[in-house]
Amino acid sequence: MTNPSTRPTSTNNAVSDDVVIRTENVSVYYGAFQAVRNVYLDIPKNKVVAFIGPSGCGKSTLLRCYNRLNDLIPSARVDGKITYQGIDLYDPKVDPVEVRRRIGMVFQRPNPFPKSIYENIAFGARVNGYKGDMDELVERSLRGAALWEEVKDKLKQSGLSLSGGQQQRLCIARTIAIEPEVILMDEPCSALDPISTLRVEDLMHDLKQRFTIIIVTHNMQQASRVADLTGFFNAEAGEGGSRFGYLVEYDRTEHIFNAPKEQATQDYVSGRFG
Amino acid sequence: MTPSTISHQETLIESSQKFNAPRLIDRIFFWLTVALAVSVGLILLWITWSLLSIAFPAIAEFNIGFLFSQVWNPVEDAYGALPQIYGTIVSSIVALLFAIPLGVGVAVFLSENFLPRKILTPIAFVIELLAAIPSVVYGMWGIFVFIPFILPGLQAIYGTFGWLPFFSTQPSTRQLFATALVLAIMILPTIIAISRDSLVSTPPELRQGAYGLGATRWETLTRVLVPSALSGIIGSIMLALGRALGETMAAAMLIGNSNRVSASLFAPASTISALIANQFGEASGLQRSALFYEALILMIMTLLVNMLAEVIVNRFQQVE
Ligand SMILES: Nc1ncnc2c1ncn2[C@@H]1O[C@H](COP(=O)(O)OP(=O)(O)OP(=O)(O)O)[C@@H](O)[C@H]1O
Ligand SMILES: [Mg+2]
Repeated sequence: MTNPSTRPTSTNNAVSDDVVIRTENVSVYYGAFQAVRNVYLDIPKNKVVAFIGPSGCGKSTLLRCYNRLNDLIPSARVDGKITYQGIDLYDPKVDPVEVRRRIGMVFQRPNPFPKSIYENIAFGARVNGYKGDMDELVERSLRGAALWEEVKDKLKQSGLSLSGGQQQRLCIARTIAIEPEVILMDEPCSALDPISTLRVEDLMHDLKQRFTIIIVTHNMQQASRVADLTGFFNAEAGEGGSRFGYLVEYDRTEHIFNAPKEQATQDYVSGRFG
Repeated sequence: MTPSTISHQETLIESSQKFNAPRLIDRIFFWLTVALAVSVGLILLWITWSLLSIAFPAIAEFNIGFLFSQVWNPVEDAYGALPQIYGTIVSSIVALLFAIPLGVGVAVFLSENFLPRKILTPIAFVIELLAAIPSVVYGMWGIFVFIPFILPGLQAIYGTFGWLPFFSTQPSTRQLFATALVLAIMILPTIIAISRDSLVSTPPELRQGAYGLGATRWETLTRVLVPSALSGIIGSIMLALGRALGETMAAAMLIGNSNRVSASLFAPASTISALIANQFGEASGLQRSALFYEALILMIMTLLVNMLAEVIVNRFQQVE
């Protein structure tokens, strides 16, 4: 077992390019419960980074720190420092709304708004003060999410009338529409069939040209297919018996899957976990 | 078909013919439910039929002109429902005008975590108590406290805006506008409770989705949460409207029971239920029949409101 409070050295080797998000000694608490402990992790620009690890180890919790969505949970508290392009995200002067405009998010369950397909996409653009041609933006975003061909004749229909896979691509489209710099995806394919999953994965390859992507997934194949870098998280019982999550190992994806440094990683990626 | 499936079917049939206590209870329950449902329908039919048949002499006498006549003269047996129809509709609409923004606003406020739960829970409880106050109490409070309290304010409005038709008479101590305000207070809990429930039950994913796109709390509320709770909110408004239309006691005590249509909201007026409550005791013959005709009109109005509510709610559920 690694001592979770020491900084994994692999981080530095893995990330030499432009760093978009830097996570320095981050711990997250829900009330008195520490969900994530001492994470150091850098996200490079225009890469796909996967977070893997057993349930409850704090992947979603950490992900939600990057766009300050944990602000919605009154008991949540973040320690340590997260910088986005050098700016401390938790600086009191930083407007969380502005953060979320730059760092978009796609959720585990597709959550289209109960509005038309068109309005689902226009909503984000409008609240971001988009002044350009809305029709053009809607089409571009839907094309970007590989959904245009399927919905171009029914843009006025409710987003809820789409299939689950289409809904998830709609959610991706509405996130692309606000032109964020980073897209956070929390198990975006867990509710999708294999075909839709592959389409979303293809999409990530395209999106990587323009965006930086962090994806949480339970699907090892998916992580190995889409991610340039992979972070393996684990949970461990701390003093007092409550389980906290921590980053075990963070490295190039092929290293994580083929030659991990840690035994725990090896066990997890080879399915011998727990 | 193979023999084995046949025998399987046979056992199925046999077992369904055997005596079986749980199934018997099931059946009894089923028929009991059917009987109750049918009897509720029958009661509705019965009431409608009674209204129609007792109202019939008045319907035959005054026909559709009843709706447009302002006469109510028991001596000459001439009756018309216009002042009551007007008063019923206008007092309800004015009440909604105040109750909708206030009620939906409070519902939104209570559904957000602006205040700690420790404070919210008692507030919600007090609002529900508001619904439990008997309407005669509202009437008494209106006469002795509320109207004297607001009268100076109404005088001031009359002073400045008296040139507007709605405010064109000296505020009377019994009047439509004050009645509408009391009605607004009475229907407020309905709007608040149901709107709040439908706001609270919007999926949290919607809020997260909107926040995740960089929407502010206000944008999330007004453009995502309220629209997605709209069918519930509209339902609450329709329910409240139904209550305002039919409210009898408070209206009868406060509105002044004047049999004239006045453009001014500060003038005394009348409502259908107030008229019925006031006159029913000593009415007979054609007068009673005319009162039943009025009751029929009220019933049709509330029926229309309910149907409209269904249509609107369905429309929003499909499109939105
Ligand atoms: N809103 C919350 N309030 C309190 N505790 C929470 C909350 N959300 C998560 N937790 C706790 O924090 C820990 C980490 O949860 P988190 O959802 O981040 O795990 P995860 O790695 O995403 O798991 P999964 O793979 O199942 O999605 C868990 O122990 C969980 O119970
Ligand atoms: Mg999760």
